[in-house]
Amino acid sequence: MLDSKIPSGSIESKWTQRKFENKLVNPANRRKHTVLVVGTGLAGASAAASLAEQGYKVKVFTYHESPRRAHSIAAQGGINAAKNYQNDGDSIQRLFYDTIKGGDYRAREANVYRLAEVSVNIIDQCVAQGVPFAREYGGTLTNRSFGGTQVSRTFYAKGQTGQQLLIGAYSSLMRQVGEKTIELFSRHEMLDLIMSDGKARGIVTRNLVNGEITTHTGDAVLLCTGGYSNVFFLSTNAKASNATAAWRAYKRGAYMANPCFTQIHPTCIPVSGDHQSKLTLMSESLRNDGRVWVPKKEGDNRSPDKIAEDERDYYLERIYPAFGNLVPRDVASRAAKRMCDEGRGVGKSKLAVYLDFQESIQRMGEGKVREKYGNLFQMYEKITDENPYKVPMRIFPAVHYVMGGLWIDYNLMSNIPGLFVLGEANFSDHGANRLGASALMQGLADGYFVAPYSVGNYLGSEKLSPIKSDSDAVKSTSQAVQERLETFKKVKGNQSAETLHRKLGKIMWDKCGMARNEKGLKEAITQIKSLKDEFWNTLWVPQDDKCLSSEIEKAGRVADFIELGEVMCLDALERKESCGGHFREEMQTPEGETLRDDDNFSHVAAWEFTGDKPKLHKEPLKFEHAHIAQRNYK
Amino acid sequence: MKLHLKIWRQNGPSAPGNFKDYEMDHVSADMSFLEMLDVLNVTLVKKGETPIEFDHDCREGICGSCALMINGNAHGPDTGTATCQLHMRRFKENDTIVIEPWRAKAFPVIKDLATDRTAFDRIMAAGGYISVNTGNAPEANSNLVGKDTSERAMDAAACIGCGACVAACKNSSAMLFVSAKVSHLAQLPQGAPERAKRVRGMVTQMDQEGFGNCSNTGACEAACPKEIKLENITRLNREMVRAAFTE
Repeated sequence: MLDSKIPSGSIESKWTQRKFENKLVNPANRRKHTVLVVGTGLAGASAAASLAEQGYKVKVFTYHESPRRAHSIAAQGGINAAKNYQNDGDSIQRLFYDTIKGGDYRAREANVYRLAEVSVNIIDQCVAQGVPFAREYGGTLTNRSFGGTQVSRTFYAKGQTGQQLLIGAYSSLMRQVGEKTIELFSRHEMLDLIMSDGKARGIVTRNLVNGEITTHTGDAVLLCTGGYSNVFFLSTNAKASNATAAWRAYKRGAYMANPCFTQIHPTCIPVSGDHQSKLTLMSESLRNDGRVWVPKKEGDNRSPDKIAEDERDYYLERIYPAFGNLVPRDVASRAAKRMCDEGRGVGKSKLAVYLDFQESIQRMGEGKVREKYGNLFQMYEKITDENPYKVPMRIFPAVHYVMGGLWIDYNLMSNIPGLFVLGEANFSDHGANRLGASALMQGLADGYFVAPYSVGNYLGSEKLSPIKSDSDAVKSTSQAVQERLETFKKVKGNQSAETLHRKLGKIMWDKCGMARNEKGLKEAITQIKSLKDEFWNTLWVPQDDKCLSSEIEKAGRVADFIELGEVMCLDALERKESCGGHFREEMQTPEGETLRDDDNFSHVAAWEFTGDKPKLHKEPLKFEHAHIAQRNYK
Repeated sequence: MKLHLKIWRQNGPSAPGNFKDYEMDHVSADMSFLEMLDVLNVTLVKKGETPIEFDHDCREGICGSCALMINGNAHGPDTGTATCQLHMRRFKENDTIVIEPWRAKAFPVIKDLATDRTAFDRIMAAGGYISVNTGNAPEANSNLVGKDTSERAMDAAACIGCGACVAACKNSSAMLFVSAKVSHLAQLPQGAPERAKRVRGMVTQMDQEGFGNCSNTGACEAACPKEIKLENITRLNREMVRAAFTE
């Protein structure tokens, strides 16, 4: 049923083989094809620019005011690539293996190998665009290390790597806009997918400035719309990040894969009160030089400087001597939770652990620490009013990224022909846990180096009949969008979408967050069902939708988050094993680590919308190249 | 904390606008400025009033969406701070806070505090790039770039395109924004081939968008949340002169 279309041959030759097998579109014919790209983060901007450079007619949509505001911009720490510039034993093979192992053996091998393979080209491309990566005095590029690896393969631009990479991709996109090969629609939100003859042929958008509903047709649709961490309300995602584009595609038949695979990032600034609107991440790179600790004694309320060295528990170094503070994110997050559960949390809320830089400041001097992490320390101080050069940072895990997403085959195409899904919006490369500095790598790999080939192959091999803007498929989809907007207005309750969103977030965090169990998940599903009723009975949006209206935007997104939350809980309930970020309390080792069940769950769970209970499809995962084992970071 | 807010309300680009008064009580010092506005909006919704529109997204000071004139200061009283990173501990009991959108001809108001800054995108499309198609790139280490040069380029590239420089300038000049991009790319060997064309294209577009001229007051540098330096404008001027002597 689910055909992942993985090429035959050895893992090293699969991508080369696929590129050779791909059908091509003659340069003169490319301008006859319109490709719709939704989202302008790393995946969207890079794919749009690359396809336009090849000669396709590209239309790009973003709900942001400018493509440069997409959330990729907020990535701090870096981007991985198997360049082995540090001569420390890195290779494509090792990046592949680290990613598979880091993902707890729930990623598709062939995709991950290709990711590692093209990672080296990404760095070349970005440098050529003028991305100012950190360098050595001699003028060559430098690297740092990140969690879950024992080599230094992370390229970075201070603590603003995502920003610099996005500006590189955005510049390339704007160059094509200037050359009129790309038509850019900013402040346009995709609200539905147009299907014709079983293929994706267009989208319906709402112009956020004047409320106008418009249809756009083409030969292929690329969803590059990011992840859905905001289903938890509090996450490190930007406020507008949402699941709507992906969820609308799901409701048109695209499968949602592994939706319960959520990444909880260990180093975020703790919640300060009920007004909290979002959480702020402190880059994982800080764990290179910061040491994580809690007091050895339970309920120790002394200030950190009063707690002597031998009264501190540097628990990551103690439990995981081989990787120490640089264990993967899921492992570090759960360890922090365990410390807090034991009553050894710090700060007012007791839901925090220390990340301490004293030892590094003594070792390399405050100046060097400032050079490496200055902007992060400044950001921390602005939020907490504490100086991390003097007082250890307080950190706590927070939702940060989702490994789950729309199901795609090796060619990045969903089960709907013509619907491609790139970047965080798809599911394929990170398994049950993503390694640090791999999101930027995947977004750009998909956009620069995979989609341009795969989309060309699709357009070259399909016979697509022209689609008219007044065809039934187009008109009925547009009408469905209009009707849905009207239903929001008809409720006339007294709660903002945001208030309802906070309620959903609490259910999700409590029952489908860092630890999950059967009872909690079942309760969550019931609670989400009643929240859905509450939403449709108490929502308030302004009656005027012909202008900029955040309330109307949020209503649509929250309605979709509620439905998605239910499927996430269902997926988490169904997956009766612990792996990566998915921790089922019933399934753990005596030391409290994840316990996989490879016999029964070595598969991708892809959910199909049926109108009633979603239907589960399974894509078995085969591990022919990576040696499958219990993850061990000790 | 009790606060008196005077907030600019404007229904649409061509509608007239005016200040409206709002009283806030129980504002926590730990709230961010935008969280304070969120709380206000929730109370407005409860009363069935239309909430205040303002641009924001990442709330980490990097996406460049947020853009509020607070008591006459772009992004508020703190230096090197975007609106989203401003916290209420910066204000006192009974303070009056005046909140306005960016005011510039090239940034028309869309609604309330949200403005249209797409002029910046059009300036970027007019030359703010290095023309390198995907797949054309040479091996990354084949071009050596000194650490100091690279860091100077990075400092200029840190611009978040929020437009505070324009809002703070009495002439509504976009010189700091344009100079940051020109400086970033002109200093790198990769940017050299298009150096003259780039600066000419971007400056021409800047003028067409209706931004004013620079009279060197330095208000832009003082307001910039990323502390982009005025020396970039010097570099921009130098690049323009240099371009005049290049074909």
